[in-house]
Amino acid sequence: MITDNTVGGILLGEGILKGLTETAKNFAGSFVSAERLTTVEYPEQRVAPIEATRVFPFLVYDGKDWEAGMRCVACQICEKECPPKCIYIEKSKDKKPDAVGKPQFYPTKFDIDISVCMSCQICVEVCPFEAIKMDTEFELSTEDRFGGLLLGREQLSKSNEYYHEIHATEAANVDASLAAGRAKVDAKTTAVAIAAAVRGAEVPPRPAEGGD
Amino acid sequence: MTLTGFVQENKKVGWNRPPVIESDGEGELLEVAMGPHHPSTHGVFRMDVALDGERVIRLKPVFGYLHRNHEKIAEGTSFLGSMPYTDRLDYICSLTNNWAYALTVEKLTGQEVPERAEYLRVILGELTRVQNHASSIGFLIQEMGASGTPLMYAFREREKILDLFEGLTGSRMMCNYMRFGGCRVDASPAWLDATRKVVSGLPGFIDEVDRLLSSNEILMARTQGVGILRPELAVNAGVTGPMLRASGVNYDIRKVDGYGIYNRFNFRVPLGDHWDVYDRFMIRMLEMRESIRMLEQALREIPAGPVMDPKAKIRGFRPKPGEAYGRIEAPKGELGFYLISDGGPNPYRYRVRPPSLINLTILEDMCLGQNVADVVLIFGSVDIVLGEVDR
Amino acid sequence: MVERMDQVFVLFAHWLVGFLPAGWQPVAAVLLSVVVIICLFPALFALTTVLERKGLGRIQNRIGPNRTGPFGILQPVADGIKSLTKEDIVPLSADAVVHFLAPLVLVVTVFMGFAVLPMGRGMVLADIDAGLLFFFAMGASTELSVFMAGWSSRNKYSLLGAMRAVAQMISYEVPLLMSSVAVVMITGSLSLSRIVEAQNHYTWGLPHWYIFTPWGLAGFVMYAIAATAETNRSPFDLPEGESELVAGYHTEYSGFKFALFFLGEYLAMFSISGLGTTLFLGGWSAPFSFLGWVPSWIWFFSKLMLSICVFIWLRGTLPRLRQDQLMNFAWKFVLPMTLLNLMVAALWRFLGDGWERWVICSAILLLAYLAMGWLGMRQGHIGPRRYRYAD
Repeated sequence: MITDNTVGGILLGEGILKGLTETAKNFAGSFVSAERLTTVEYPEQRVAPIEATRVFPFLVYDGKDWEAGMRCVACQICEKECPPKCIYIEKSKDKKPDAVGKPQFYPTKFDIDISVCMSCQICVEVCPFEAIKMDTEFELSTEDRFGGLLLGREQLSKSNEYYHEIHATEAANVDASLAAGRAKVDAKTTAVAIAAAVRGAEVPPRPAEGGD
Repeated sequence: MTLTGFVQENKKVGWNRPPVIESDGEGELLEVAMGPHHPSTHGVFRMDVALDGERVIRLKPVFGYLHRNHEKIAEGTSFLGSMPYTDRLDYICSLTNNWAYALTVEKLTGQEVPERAEYLRVILGELTRVQNHASSIGFLIQEMGASGTPLMYAFREREKILDLFEGLTGSRMMCNYMRFGGCRVDASPAWLDATRKVVSGLPGFIDEVDRLLSSNEILMARTQGVGILRPELAVNAGVTGPMLRASGVNYDIRKVDGYGIYNRFNFRVPLGDHWDVYDRFMIRMLEMRESIRMLEQALREIPAGPVMDPKAKIRGFRPKPGEAYGRIEAPKGELGFYLISDGGPNPYRYRVRPPSLINLTILEDMCLGQNVADVVLIFGSVDIVLGEVDR
Repeated sequence: MVERMDQVFVLFAHWLVGFLPAGWQPVAAVLLSVVVIICLFPALFALTTVLERKGLGRIQNRIGPNRTGPFGILQPVADGIKSLTKEDIVPLSADAVVHFLAPLVLVVTVFMGFAVLPMGRGMVLADIDAGLLFFFAMGASTELSVFMAGWSSRNKYSLLGAMRAVAQMISYEVPLLMSSVAVVMITGSLSLSRIVEAQNHYTWGLPHWYIFTPWGLAGFVMYAIAATAETNRSPFDLPEGESELVAGYHTEYSGFKFALFFLGEYLAMFSISGLGTTLFLGGWSAPFSFLGWVPSWIWFFSKLMLSICVFIWLRGTLPRLRQDQLMNFAWKFVLPMTLLNLMVAALWRFLGDGWERWVICSAILLLAYLAMGWLGMRQGHIGPRRYRYAD
């Protein structure tokens, strides 16, 4: 049932005149207020970067040497969870010491095809070692279509200082949690050493004796 | 009148199709393919139209140009891994897609969601609705030839909302934010303040568009009485969303199902009485105003707390065998997900009920007998996104 | 000195022509003026394209072109180079001769219209006694080129577009002429320079421009509407609408011929604005008597550019009308109003001087406008609506 709830007749042309005043206000306003002229002339001017932005992943390393300080232990969880399967990892045969000295595997190959990556950040979520994080660099065009967008582990490795630069709060949280984890591990090893030292005064040390 | 009442009323009189318009037989019909390359189709979409002079005699929609195998891919991906793919269904409203999928999985497993997460979902869902309706109105007027002025105003506001999304989820459009059992990250107080600021500026924008357009005689002449969709036909065809409400049927899933915490919010459901393109346009404007009221309420009432159940599994998520259908009131209509799990890490069957596709099925009925210049307007008023139609 | 500035171009032309033998001087004078017009108005056209794009940009909260030269001033140079270097495609089945001639006919007839416009005191190329008649004759000839373009393309869409364009232009010729006839009636002459001189009187410092009379204001509004429709500008630009099915009569033109169509359209805009200025806005006469020291040609061109700015403003705001609505508007609203306007102008003349004629004429016109407007909207069932909410 079509009801006729038109609100009387209005003056013909009134709506058009209202529209014209609106556009005139916007026109005049564009010269005086930034609200009415929202163009940012890229690339000379840039928008202030937002901290949480994610574009493509990168591998975090601690310290100065990217190979020695890389946090990634090639557990391949990110490779399995990645929805478009853009990560390819080859695990090493030997182990090398990580930041706290514990011997870990490391990736001999860690390739991300950024033409496939959809920036979903699931790899970051599932990584247990805080080794892979999201970068904010987006001006990545290359003229090499055969491999220019396939980033290897050297191109992907960036320092923890860089991570602090681009995601300050997130990096601070990560550092805090890593430090807390390390503190727990330290406390545990200290307790084990003390227990062993105490037992060692009476009996020769036995290997693989679990402390508490 | 409720939906059931409507159905009962109209079963008595018979579900009438509008009369098929026959050409007078003189002269051949002009057969035109509008699209897939066409400045005004909302993506790659083709309409095979048969014209008699200026009137539309037959219209066949042809789509599938954007088919990306979403449902099959989901059968080979884990439940979590499908979440970023749902962003890309209705790529303008990624957060509501995420919500629908998360809701369905939570239904499948019986997972509870903490309160703060529910409030955040409502806030993000309504922000998505505002920016979707603003863009839709902008595109409709752009097709009418206003050289893009309302579109630019809509996009100016949309940019602010997208910046908010980026600040919280990390991405402007492909947000991938909802998880099974809550949200991915918590919102900082700074973000909530920024949201309050943006929301306070939105009523001014809607007033501006209102003054510019709603009583514009040319707009009224172009859209009133055009593309009438009778309520019985809308219900029969399974149309949902603003299109259904513009045809006068009171059916809003946020009121009917009350999913999430929507029953705590007092918002009104606007209904149209003339069932034409102008009603659909105005219903979207009025719904934007209602969304802003809900946003203000949610931003006031949001409690502290966790946003994710700490026991919820991210990896190794294997729901018990079963099936679930979860639906929400997406900005375009009823977005539903149907999941069958067989106990493995991937779903056995994953089906999306796309509102754009279902709403598109009655395009022909709306366009019969209309002027060809109006076909573009009617198509614009359905408000589709090809990512959803083709999946 | 003031006199010198005002007549500077006339004096300069006399000086230049004085170098030639006496027999050649009249011809040389005319040729010199022709060259000036041919150089000046396309330069103005180049400026207008930039102005339009920057103006539309500012209306839409964005900057227009600003990379080619400071403030985008060199944009027309870039556009010109583009159109000159593009391949000139002529369809195989097209009628080559007519296809080639169509843009030429347009440009030539439009330039002829400039011959009778008085651009300053004593600065009219051809001071014909029936100047207005000549102008309208040339204006009507432009429609021929539109049809030539559509016909020669041998493309059914171009032909449809051309037929629509010609129908539109013919429909709006009548109100255009009728509103000018009121001016002719009051002035008593068809000569444009005499029309301007009739408006060049001042009472208490205010001018006797025809726009400041009730019938003049109504006539000017209707002239403006008809002028917008004649030049196929928004909101009457359906024939060249980008988002419509038929792509317009200039689909099959590329490169320089397309640029000529574009040039022709803008020149038509200039000449029709020039005529409107002459008829209603007092041509080269100053708005206040104390401003009479400013040269007359500055006033003429300022008023011309002001009209162009209004055209741009309309384009940025209004959606376009559908073809049948446009024609309905012309025949059922504008034409009766112009006829009424004629009668009111006659009444104005015969009521003699005094305040009564202002009141009576204004009242008649206002009432007629309100009545017809209300009637038109009622008949089409269009109007603003109130919306109800579900309970």
